[in-house]
Amino acid sequence: MDDNSGKDLTAADSSSVGHEGAPAGTAVVVRDAVANPGFPPHRPRVTDLNPSAERRAERTVYTLFYLSIVGSVFAIVAYMVFPIIPEEPDSVRLNNLFIGLGLTLALLAIGIGAVHWGKALMFDHEGVDERHPVRGSDETRERAVEIFHEANVESGIGRRTLIRNSLIGALIAFPLPAVVLFRGLGPQDTNPAALLEHTMWKKGTRLAIDPTGTPIKASDVTLGSAFHVIPEGLQDLGHGKLEEKAKAAVLLMRLKPEDINEPADKKDWSYDGIVAYSKICTHVGCPVALYEQQTHTLLCPCHQSQFDVTNQCEVIFGPAKRPLPQLPITVDSEGYLIAQSDFTEPVGPSFWERN
Amino acid sequence: MSTATTTTELVETKKSGGLTGAAANYIDERTSISTAVKELGRKIFPDHWSFLLGEVALYSFVIILLSGSFLTFFFSASMTPVEYDGSYMPLKGVEMSAAMASSLDISFDIRGGLLMRQVHHWAALLFVAAIGLHMLRIYFTGAFRKPRELNWVIGFVLFILAMAEGFTGYSLPDDLLSGNGLRIIDGMVKGMPLVGTWISFLLFGGEFPGEAIVGRLYSLHILLLPAIIVALIAMHLLFVVVHKHTQYPGAGRTNQNVVGYPVLPVYAAKAGGFFFIVFGIVMLMASLFTINPIWNYGPYDPSPVSAGTQPDWYIGFADGALRLIPPGLEFVWLDRTWSFNILIPLVTLGLFILVVLIYPFIEAWVTGDKREHHILDRPRNAPTRTAIGAAGVTFYAVLWATASSDIIATHFKVTMEGVIHTMQFLAIVGPFIAFFVTKRICLALQKKDREIVLHGYESGRIVRLPGGEYIEVHQPVDEYERWKLVSYNDYKPLMIRPNSQGKITVGQKARAGMSRWFFEDRIEPVSSTELERSHSDHH
Repeated sequence: MDDNSGKDLTAADSSSVGHEGAPAGTAVVVRDAVANPGFPPHRPRVTDLNPSAERRAERTVYTLFYLSIVGSVFAIVAYMVFPIIPEEPDSVRLNNLFIGLGLTLALLAIGIGAVHWGKALMFDHEGVDERHPVRGSDETRERAVEIFHEANVESGIGRRTLIRNSLIGALIAFPLPAVVLFRGLGPQDTNPAALLEHTMWKKGTRLAIDPTGTPIKASDVTLGSAFHVIPEGLQDLGHGKLEEKAKAAVLLMRLKPEDINEPADKKDWSYDGIVAYSKICTHVGCPVALYEQQTHTLLCPCHQSQFDVTNQCEVIFGPAKRPLPQLPITVDSEGYLIAQSDFTEPVGPSFWERN
Repeated sequence: MSTATTTTELVETKKSGGLTGAAANYIDERTSISTAVKELGRKIFPDHWSFLLGEVALYSFVIILLSGSFLTFFFSASMTPVEYDGSYMPLKGVEMSAAMASSLDISFDIRGGLLMRQVHHWAALLFVAAIGLHMLRIYFTGAFRKPRELNWVIGFVLFILAMAEGFTGYSLPDDLLSGNGLRIIDGMVKGMPLVGTWISFLLFGGEFPGEAIVGRLYSLHILLLPAIIVALIAMHLLFVVVHKHTQYPGAGRTNQNVVGYPVLPVYAAKAGGFFFIVFGIVMLMASLFTINPIWNYGPYDPSPVSAGTQPDWYIGFADGALRLIPPGLEFVWLDRTWSFNILIPLVTLGLFILVVLIYPFIEAWVTGDKREHHILDRPRNAPTRTAIGAAGVTFYAVLWATASSDIIATHFKVTMEGVIHTMQFLAIVGPFIAFFVTKRICLALQKKDREIVLHGYESGRIVRLPGGEYIEVHQPVDEYERWKLVSYNDYKPLMIRPNSQGKITVGQKARAGMSRWFFEDRIEPVSSTELERSHSDHH
C-alpha cells in the first residue's frame, strides 16, 4: 500500500539504482553524483621492499610458534610442579597462575604469530568478488513455484480439504499433552497460594538466634541491638529447612518504647520496646538485612527499599509498597521471647492471589 | 560410478599429489569437499577492526563450550544438602548443596579447575559484551538494511539467549549471591498477574528455593540453550555467506562488489590467529583476576545478604529497572494484587527489546527503500538513526548504572535517595538529550565533510599575498579520500500522495510523519557540479 508513494518519487530513476531496479523509496537519486574514482594504487609493505625486513618478519613468526610450544610445555610442567596441597590456599593460587600463564603464552603466541604472518608476509593484494542479488533468478523462482504446484497436484493437499484440515488439527493437538506434562514440575494436589499464607511460627514458638538456634531471652536484647532470628526448631528440620527459613526469617530490634508508634490493635504485639518484623522484603523477597540503628530504618540491599521500624515498618523509600509484616511476640514463663501466633498476613513478595 | 577414463585421470593426479593428494582424493570422493573449497576457498572478506566484534563473540562461545565441557565432568547439579569436606578451611563442616560443594571442589581440589571456572566465567562475560558491541556496530552502520533484516533478528535472539545462558549458569553454584538472584527472579515471577504464583511454584518445584531449581537450570544451561544457540549461530553465519559481508565506503568499492582478502590464505591466518588471541586474553584474565569468588559468599541461605550485591553486568539493566520504580505502585483491586512495581519494569524492558528487535523493519517502512544495501553508512550520514541509537544506549546505560546505585552512593558519598532520583530523571530525560545532541553532532560532521570536499583541509600554512593579505592555504583532499565523504545515501521526507483510489490512508500519514521526523534535517552529499564550481572558485 505504501509502495505507491515511493515509486512516485523516484519512478524516473529507479532503473538506475540498486539491483534489479528495486524501488528506492524516498532516497534522493542524484544525477550529477561524484563518480567513484576506482581503486587507489597499491602500496607495497616494508616486507615487500626490504628483504631484511621480510627475513625479520619470518623470524618473528617462527619464533612465536616455538614460544607457543614453550608455553604449552610450561603449562604441563606447572601442573606437576605446583600441585594443590590440601588446606594451603596459596597452592591453589600458584596452580591457577602458572598453568594459566603457560596456556596464555601458548595461545597468544600462536595467535600473534599467525596474524603477523598474514599481515606481513602473505600476498597482500586485495581481491574483488562480484555480488549478485540475494533473490533467486526469475527462472529459479518459476521452477520453485512449479515444484510446489506439482507437489500440490500430486498430493492433492489443496483439493482434498478434509485430509488437509484434519492433519492441521492433529498437528496442533499433538503437542498439547506436553503442556499438561509440565504440571508435574510442581507437587500434585497443592495450592501454591495456600503455601504462601503460612509460616512455621505458631503460638509459643521461641525466637532463636540465626543460625545457631539458641533461644533468646528478653533480657539479652539490649536497647539498640538487633538480632537475626529463626523459629526454634528450624535447625532440626530435616526436609524443607530452607523453604521454611525463606518465610520465617525475622529481625528483632529493641527501641525505646516511647519511640514506637503503635496502633491500638497492635499495642500488645511488642514486648517492652522489643519488636519483631519479617526479614523478607515485600518487594521481591531479598532479606532486609541492614538495620540503621540511629534512624531506626531497615534497608534492603537489593533494591534499596527502606522501612521505618518506629512506624510499623512502613515503606519510606524504594520500590516496595507494603510494610514488613510484624510478628506478635511476648515472653514465656522462663523469660524467653515467644511468638503469640503466626504472622497475620503472608510474608515476602506480593503475589496475585494475595488480598 | 566413474568411467574408466576418469578413473585413470584420478589415479594420475593421485600420483602427482603424493600422500596429501591421496588423502584429499579419498575425502573428496566421499564428501565432494572440493566443491566447497572451490566455492569458499577464495571467498573475499573485507577488512575492518569493527568486523572483529562478531568474531570475538563467536570465539568466546567456542571457549565457553570447551571450558564448560570440562566443568561438567566435575560439577554435580544437585541441591541435596551435604556437609562440605573439601580443602577450603573456612567452610569445612558447613552444610551446603552438592552443587555448591562440587563448585568448591572444582575451585580448590582439582588442578586447573579454578582456572577453567574462571575461563568459563570471563568468556561468558566477554561473550555477551561482544554480542552487544557487535550489535551496536551493525546498528550504527546500518548493516541491518535489506537483505540483512532477518539476520539482525537472529542475532538479537542470540543476544537474549546469551543472557539466558549467563543467568542460568551463574545460578548453578548455589552460592549466596546467585541464590539471592534467584530469589529476585522468584519475586518478579510472583508479581505477574494471574499466572505468577503458579509459574514460580512449577519453576522451583514447590516453594522457593526447593531442591529442584539447580538441576532444571543445568538442563537448560548445558543442553537446551546451547543447542538453540549453536543452531542459530550456524544460520547467522550461513546468512553472512549468502549475503556476502558488508563493506565500508571506499574508493573502488561499490554496492555490486566486495573488496578484501580471500579466505585462503590471508583471512584464515588472520581470523584463525585471532581466535587464539581472544582465547589467550581470556586465559590471561583467568590466570590473573578472580571472578565470582563463591567461597567468599558461602552457600545460599534465605536469611543473610551482603551490602553491595550485584548481578553479572548484563543483568544489571533489569535490576536497575526494578530499583527505579517510585514507591507505592502496588494495589489490591478485584480482590487480587496488582504489582505495578514489578509489571512496569517488565513491560518497559519488553517494549525496549521489541523496538530493538523490529527496528530494521521500521526504518525500511519509513524509507520505502527496497534496494539491497551492502555499503555501510558512516553513522553521521544517518543522523536520525544514529540519534535514536544514542537515545537507546543512554536509556540502557542509565538502567545499568542504577543497578549500582548503592555503590555509587557509597563511593561518591552522596545519598542513596539522591542517586535514585537523579537516575529516575535521567532515564526519562537522558534519551531525549542524547537524541538531540547526537543528531546535531551528526549534522555538524556532515557539514564539515562538505566543507572538506569543497574547500579542502585547513593546512595551518599561512601565506602572505603580494597585496599584503594573509590567507590560510587549504589542502584539497585526493579523490580517493573524497569518495568516502561524498558517497552516501540521502533521503527526502515523504510527500503524501493519494493512492490509486484517490485516498490518503492513515498509514500514509503515519509514514509521512515518521519520514519527516527522520529526514527533515538533512545535508546533501556534494555533487559533481558543486565540486566543479568550487574548483573554478579556487583556481
